[in-house]
Amino acid sequence: MADHDDETPQAGSAVEKSEPLKVSAGTAVIPTDPFENPGEPAHHLRVTDIDPVEEKKAARQVSTLFFASIVFSCLAVAAYIAFPITPGDTGSIRLNNLFLGLGIALGLLAIGIGAVHWSKTIMPAREITEMRHGTRGSDATRAKAAEVFELGNKESGFGRRSLIRNSLFGALFAFILPGVVIFRDLGPKVDPNVVLRHTLWKKGMHLTLDPSGTRIKAADVTLGSAFHVIPESLLESEDLLEEKAKAAVLVMRLNPDDLNEPEGRENWQYNGIVAYSKICTHVGCPVALYEQQTHHLLCPCHQSTFDVTDNCKVIFGPASRPLPQLPITVDAEGYLVAQSDFHEPVGPSFWERDRA
Amino acid sequence: MKISPSAKLASSATKGARKSVGAKSKRTGRRSPLATVSLIVVGLLTTGGAYALFTSTATAETSTSSNSQATVNEGKKLFAANCATCHNVNGSGTEAGPSLVGVGEASVDFQVGTGRMPAAANGPQALKKPVQFTNEDIQAMAAYVASLGTGPSEPETKYLQANGDTAKGAELFRINCAMCHNVAGAGGALTQGKFAPALKGVTSKHIYEAMLTGPQNMPVFNDLNITPQEKADIITYLKYLEKNPSPGGFELGNLGPVSEGLFIWIFGLGAIVAITVWLTARSN
Amino acid sequence: MITTTTTTESQPTSYAEQGNAPVRPAKGMKFMGAAANYVDERTSISGLVKEVGRKIFPDHWSFMLGEVALYSFVVILLSGTFLTFFFQPSMAEVTYNGSYVPLKGIDMSAAMQSALNISFDIRGGLLFRQIHHWAALLFIAAIGLHMLRIYFTGAFRKPREINWFIGFVLFILALAEGFTGYSLPDDLLSGNGLRIIDGMVKGIPVIGVWISYLLFGGEFPGTAVVSRLYSLHIMLLPALLIAMLGAHLLLLIINKHTQFAGPGKTNNNVVGVPVMPVFAAKAGGFFFIVFGVIVLIASLFTINPIWNYGPYDPSPVSAGTQPDWYIGFADGALRLAPPHWEVVWGGYTVSFNILVPIVVLMGLLATVAFYPFIEGWVTGDKREHHILDRPRNAPTRTAIGAALMTLYAALWAAASSDLMATHFKLSLNQVIHVMQFLTVIGPFIAFWITKRVCLALQKKDREIVLHGHESGRIVRLPGGEYIEVHEPLTDYERWNLVSYNEYEPLMVRPNARGVVTPIERIRASVSGFFFEDRISPVTKAEIEAAHHDSHAEIDGGPGGKH
Repeated sequence: MADHDDETPQAGSAVEKSEPLKVSAGTAVIPTDPFENPGEPAHHLRVTDIDPVEEKKAARQVSTLFFASIVFSCLAVAAYIAFPITPGDTGSIRLNNLFLGLGIALGLLAIGIGAVHWSKTIMPAREITEMRHGTRGSDATRAKAAEVFELGNKESGFGRRSLIRNSLFGALFAFILPGVVIFRDLGPKVDPNVVLRHTLWKKGMHLTLDPSGTRIKAADVTLGSAFHVIPESLLESEDLLEEKAKAAVLVMRLNPDDLNEPEGRENWQYNGIVAYSKICTHVGCPVALYEQQTHHLLCPCHQSTFDVTDNCKVIFGPASRPLPQLPITVDAEGYLVAQSDFHEPVGPSFWERDRA
Repeated sequence: MKISPSAKLASSATKGARKSVGAKSKRTGRRSPLATVSLIVVGLLTTGGAYALFTSTATAETSTSSNSQATVNEGKKLFAANCATCHNVNGSGTEAGPSLVGVGEASVDFQVGTGRMPAAANGPQALKKPVQFTNEDIQAMAAYVASLGTGPSEPETKYLQANGDTAKGAELFRINCAMCHNVAGAGGALTQGKFAPALKGVTSKHIYEAMLTGPQNMPVFNDLNITPQEKADIITYLKYLEKNPSPGGFELGNLGPVSEGLFIWIFGLGAIVAITVWLTARSN
Repeated sequence: MITTTTTTESQPTSYAEQGNAPVRPAKGMKFMGAAANYVDERTSISGLVKEVGRKIFPDHWSFMLGEVALYSFVVILLSGTFLTFFFQPSMAEVTYNGSYVPLKGIDMSAAMQSALNISFDIRGGLLFRQIHHWAALLFIAAIGLHMLRIYFTGAFRKPREINWFIGFVLFILALAEGFTGYSLPDDLLSGNGLRIIDGMVKGIPVIGVWISYLLFGGEFPGTAVVSRLYSLHIMLLPALLIAMLGAHLLLLIINKHTQFAGPGKTNNNVVGVPVMPVFAAKAGGFFFIVFGVIVLIASLFTINPIWNYGPYDPSPVSAGTQPDWYIGFADGALRLAPPHWEVVWGGYTVSFNILVPIVVLMGLLATVAFYPFIEGWVTGDKREHHILDRPRNAPTRTAIGAALMTLYAALWAAASSDLMATHFKLSLNQVIHVMQFLTVIGPFIAFWITKRVCLALQKKDREIVLHGHESGRIVRLPGGEYIEVHEPLTDYERWNLVSYNEYEPLMVRPNARGVVTPIERIRASVSGFFFEDRISPVTKAEIEAAHHDSHAEIDGGPGGKH
């Protein structure tokens, strides 16, 4: 485009004095015999330009819209008063929201449509041509600017006095450092790599129902059941949500014959009752969609699928590691208790996860 | 090993979809181990089930003989005509359908009462469709199936009045149900084409029975996990949602940010682009 | 910017003479004059008015998209300010006793409680929450569409590369604003969103755990994150956004608006309507329209019903847990990683299932951010470009855009894989496999198809320029032969089809020292990739040759001017 225009400056317009600076067109192909720009097509008059009746009509429409806007805004105020909120009644909020909103919206729209209609029908429609100047400053301006810098350099000795300059750079770098260090105390002083390894579960801790904290008898966990479980001490914990975010467990009962326990974990289940961490090993969503026929656990966030019969191995989705299993047994009264804490960190992987 | 009656509930649930699992295995091949597994489960449970009845502390009220013999006989006829092809004449199950011994009235009322049974076609799971039987017929079949072995009976009406504790029900719903059915009961996806259905418009009784019997892939929530009163609370919350549409206006299916995003792109930005076209079009 | 005034040379000397009747002095005129004098004597604002007041803006619908973003942002500022009067950014635990029955007696954070109170106890509170959230969605959607317009018309070329980059920074800031805002109510949905962020951050090698620890002030979820995000959401990010927006608009004024090619439009002029009064009325009216549309949507459609989600609790989760649409592409990328992409190297865990999606996203964003500089380097074109390209006339650029869009769309769609499965009765697993395929292969297919389509359209344009439109009129020649008469183009029509930029592939040439540098070699191969397949615009000579042929065929057919 530009190449044609460079050679055919437009209709009587003075080309910027600074513009005809020739710059490289790179690999652009410059036509030797370009077409001529035919210039702007003839301007078409609108109905409102020709017919004063139409113009008057348009003017009336615009003012009507503005008046309508006033009415709607007043209606919004009326709606604010006329539709109070009755506590506990969502229907009243719905009405308040609807009519207050409609009043405001129509008030705004009427202003907007009126203004646009005004500009389209009454204000002049003829397009105007304005010349562009090159973005680059003129040579004189640039020379002046360079001079300013040079003078600054000369008077300050910025370029010459290298000791001053370099020590300034050093100082400017160093002054940022406290600003970085000061953020250390955003988190507490303990090492997260230690904290992340421990949950509230420990030997003898009762498995209880979420949210009531009721203990669970093994016999009550019938085949096909899924129990959402928290450690008994959770409800007294000071950091309830933080501990729950690590300790939440899903208890399911399968037919013991369906379970393929790996070596050393045969006793982690009790009569087909297994407990697995609910926190996904991918990025930590609660994995709780238990399909009791297929024995699959699905994470609703990123669709990682775990096979409960196969030690919660990942069979689909982005997760990598099986869900950690909580070793469980029963106490003397038949209530489910943990044998120990999890034997590995629960939840998303982290850099030092597999360090001892 | 002791197997409780509600263990049998589970088996009934397993049965619900076993047919489809088995059928699908013909197509995909890799499904057959699951079918085998569920067959084994079903077999074990049905043989051991009856003896374990009285040893358990668990749960659902059971009923064996509250129905008259005439109803049972009527149900037996209906069963033979409509169900026996898959579930066998005595309800002991075949390759195509699980045993119904011990699944109880509640299962029959849910499966047949929502139209899921008789199943129309093989698929990932039996789908809800227009109910095929009258209420009396369903009751008769339920009575017959209940006579085959003890299982959960239909819920007491006092739990179905939706007059429980809404807040407690909402909390229990979020913990136990929302991950599959969505916080507003709009439903959600499960693996391999299965899904948790939307709960809007489902009757209180069917919601209760589903929790109690764990149809298809839904886990069982027996009365010791979620007590009858808690089930009533959950029903109360779901009915509250039905009765009280969102105060913010149309709900866009309650599907969360995806439907909101689609809406703003298609209708919000769509409308605005249409306006920009009007705005810049030459007027005549 | 050069200060010589040129307007007077292309326009009548006085603005009032441009076809308008002289302004009738009105009653208020005297007061206005005095007021203007008062202000000008203290601000010399007359210079600004003179400079900007009659600036010309070309009229095209797609030039309004940036304005949609700007106006949505203004609406966000207004509604957000209202919300801050009521919102408490605190994670202190309280027991809800407000008016929403299904949450009565439930423990939650003060943030969630105040968000519920805004929704249920303050008249218009819910409306303003919905306005704020809908406007935020519209804001980022409008930015996206605006960027696509800029990209596909080549408006990012010199001198606007820097403004493109500023626009990109605005886009990122908008995403950050969106995400921080989404997390504030501390409901179940946003809490799970934060949990995902926590999991992603922990997957960063070496420092991930520490970043998460510092961000959340300890273990997730902690009691600090909402107030920290709030500070970012209402102070730092808006301040940066406004500063960048200022720079963006200032550069727009300095560079003047681009325009589409057309008769009378050249690289040295800008044809359109003046700011005062036409553009001001249109743009001002448009602000009210955008505001009105947002309020209309907010009064009719629920957005983010936090009362359904309930307070955050690490144990529950809702089916269909998704981020707002603009974070969807990141969530989708996470979903698409295949299983078992985590390795332990020398005792350290490296989560490629998180790192690879992050790298893909960064690559996508970096390509977008730096594309103008890449294309400028490849073409070596240092001229200013104020005339927009039709997408077909830059086939490789358009095809790259289509490929990036496909990648984005596949990642975005993957974030709703579960909803697609339930609503189209598909298997979730199959949907994800299809999305994995589309993410990897889709961009290449889109590139190839788009490029072929562009070239075909260019060929069609050539055909039309050379032989005119098909008129549908069949004429029998004296020799008995039937032909269809082709109507020749008007000069105006032809100009639209022949006036475009063409580049040829770079030939590798040794530099002054007689060596071909490796960089130059790369540039040549990239240039080949860009410009090997090209359709040249029709030249005058070609047109004359074509006319010559047709004149020979159709006797007396209306000929062209040339």
